[in-house]
Amino acid sequence: MEKLNKEDVHPKILEALLNTETDLTVDDTLENEMILNMGPQHPATHGVLRVLLRLDGETIIASVPELGYLHRGYEKMAENMSYHEFIPHTDRLDYLAPLSNNVAWVLAVEKLVGIEAPPRAQYIRMIVAELSRVASHLVAIGALAMDVGALTVFLWTLREREKILDIWDIICGARFTNSYTRIGGVANDAQPEALQKVKWFIDQFEENLEEAERLINTNRIFVERLDGIGVISKEDAIDLGLTGPSLRGSGVEFDLRRVTPYLFYNEMDFKIPVYTEGDSLARYFVRVDEARESIKIVRQVLDKMPAGETLLNQPKKVLPKKAEVYSKMEELIHDFMIVNFGINPPVGEVYSAIENPKGELGFYLVSKGEGRPWKCKIRSPSFINLQSIPHLVKGHMISDVVAIIGSLDPVMGEADK
Amino acid sequence: MIMDFKELIPQKIKENLANLNFEQSEYRDELTLYFDKKDIVKVCNFLKKDPVLEFLLCEDITAIDWARRKNRFTVVYHIFSLKNKFRLRLKADVDEEECSIDSVSSVWRTANWQEREVYDMYGIGFNNHPDLRRMYMPEEFEHYPLRKDFPLMGIPGSLTLPKKEE
Amino acid sequence: MGLEAKLNNDNFFTTKIDALIEWSRKNSVWPMPMGISCCAIEMMAVGDPKYDIARFGSEVMRFTPRQSDMMIVAGTVTYKMAHVVRKIYDQMPDPKWVIAMGACTSSGGMYRSYNVVQGIDQFLPVDVYLAGCPPRPDNLLNALIQIQEKIGRTKARDFQDRPLPELPVLQNN
Repeated sequence: MEKLNKEDVHPKILEALLNTETDLTVDDTLENEMILNMGPQHPATHGVLRVLLRLDGETIIASVPELGYLHRGYEKMAENMSYHEFIPHTDRLDYLAPLSNNVAWVLAVEKLVGIEAPPRAQYIRMIVAELSRVASHLVAIGALAMDVGALTVFLWTLREREKILDIWDIICGARFTNSYTRIGGVANDAQPEALQKVKWFIDQFEENLEEAERLINTNRIFVERLDGIGVISKEDAIDLGLTGPSLRGSGVEFDLRRVTPYLFYNEMDFKIPVYTEGDSLARYFVRVDEARESIKIVRQVLDKMPAGETLLNQPKKVLPKKAEVYSKMEELIHDFMIVNFGINPPVGEVYSAIENPKGELGFYLVSKGEGRPWKCKIRSPSFINLQSIPHLVKGHMISDVVAIIGSLDPVMGEADK
Repeated sequence: MIMDFKELIPQKIKENLANLNFEQSEYRDELTLYFDKKDIVKVCNFLKKDPVLEFLLCEDITAIDWARRKNRFTVVYHIFSLKNKFRLRLKADVDEEECSIDSVSSVWRTANWQEREVYDMYGIGFNNHPDLRRMYMPEEFEHYPLRKDFPLMGIPGSLTLPKKEE
Repeated sequence: MGLEAKLNNDNFFTTKIDALIEWSRKNSVWPMPMGISCCAIEMMAVGDPKYDIARFGSEVMRFTPRQSDMMIVAGTVTYKMAHVVRKIYDQMPDPKWVIAMGACTSSGGMYRSYNVVQGIDQFLPVDVYLAGCPPRPDNLLNALIQIQEKIGRTKARDFQDRPLPELPVLQNN
């Protein structure tokens, strides 16, 4: 954290910081007002986020977050590559739950083209999406606890996450950024040993999560550092566009798996945890409860899983199986056409959103009939959740900024696209 | 339920906001309404405050560059009604010569950063926006990256690197 | 280098100062994790109980450059972020080493676009390049061992007469 001079700052940032209406009356005889820079390189800002704070002593009067330190140009690249080539890029958006983003992209393209994956592929996608939700919430809980001071919880939740990464290693072939889903299904089938390992994992997960929770749930330091910090009301939350656990911590029951169901979520039985206080502790509890509900969903999916194939049999739109490409002529020609010229969906546009662990991840695709999208917009939840930081930190101290950012759980790869 | 809304919304707009010409279209079960760019704030205010429709959540604001001479850009709004579980898309065309449109950040506060991003990427100005400056690119950057005439690898010399000293 | 083997009956052991210094330097490399994007998650995984980095001596992951020996640049570096990375690198005291973790830092990776620096060796001297997107944690441990071997080949005098870098007083932010 370094002191910033007033001449180096953009005039509009100065305006946002200094012209704020404040009804805070802090009795400060020394008149200690200064502008502090919580820079992009910081142990607790969850990535490269820069926050400029105007302080009166230690109380924050106004703040301006600045993004753009990880802007990689995804939307421009999507206009130059085919729909299949973009699948590995979607992994790196929300890099804590990569399979969830894969599912979102593939659902959007399938909606545009007008095809639907076979049932077994959809069930496998559900298992994989829920496990990635658990993995993302584990890191969120661990990082929040670490920011507040409890370092052991971070190591224990990461140990659980390593078990999930082992499962993905078996199913998808890669540990971390696995581009597993394909347009029309999934890349390869889930073997019985993988499903057995999933069953073993969910059987022993609940008590491990409880063990990690018992360290902090009744700990006075943890509760007092998060209780009443960063309160946002129901109307403000909807107006500022929050989605995901941050919105459900403020009392709004809005979950895209219930509101606009996709895959087979309308057949599953699960609760949506909602807490009404709207502070950081409520958002933390929402995440913990959501991890438990995800385990319930995985258990039901494992019971219902049908046998069948995992890739749709539509040769003009779906990449054929590799064994057939090497041996049959038709499949070879289709493979060549799809890889080089793309799948050519009809002219039109579509917006499709799913419930990411961080919020609502939406893809808006405009197609002109070619193999590449004419426009691809990524509606990323972390970008819009971060907009609420100036509203949340007003009136708190510097060390509360860390707790608030941790409870919002942003991921900069997604926010900066 | 959802079937009724596709007829209900255009009907309500015709009733309450007369003298507004708009078109509608539907693709893959999604309704799109096309407006004139000067009417957009009125329409958004009506859609948000109407007690039956209640479009409280503004999900996404973006723009499309068609790379044609007339009406080069189209600004697209996605709004969602939590009460009715219905998603609507609004579109407004913007010309290249007067490249600006009214800002809806007075209707939904979340439009603030989203419009800044559209300005950064496309160069479309927003009137009455409280804080219009670049979002992702550094302030000194002079081009608009997502326009179709900007190359993918960028323009050499537009962004600076620190010097390497051994 | 077991101490008991060197200790004779006189309770002395003899060595060169160089050997002692490089042994202590290479077995306690304190990294400064410059975690920017996805590779940072694998760097966090290196610290967790399964792929322990503490057993190699890098127990402390200091987030301040003034107290660290080695910088692991993990994640895509954009033009805006390059100035920040260089600033942090300049603040580290000598001797220092740099690991370029992942494909994005080595050569721009899968991002051939307008805002990504195609390789951080355009503005930083790099010692070890790691391949992978992201590299597995075992791979990062391999890179750490390579740095340790590289340190093992240096002498204490290599860092003696290095001139101090000319830092500008106010850097553009």
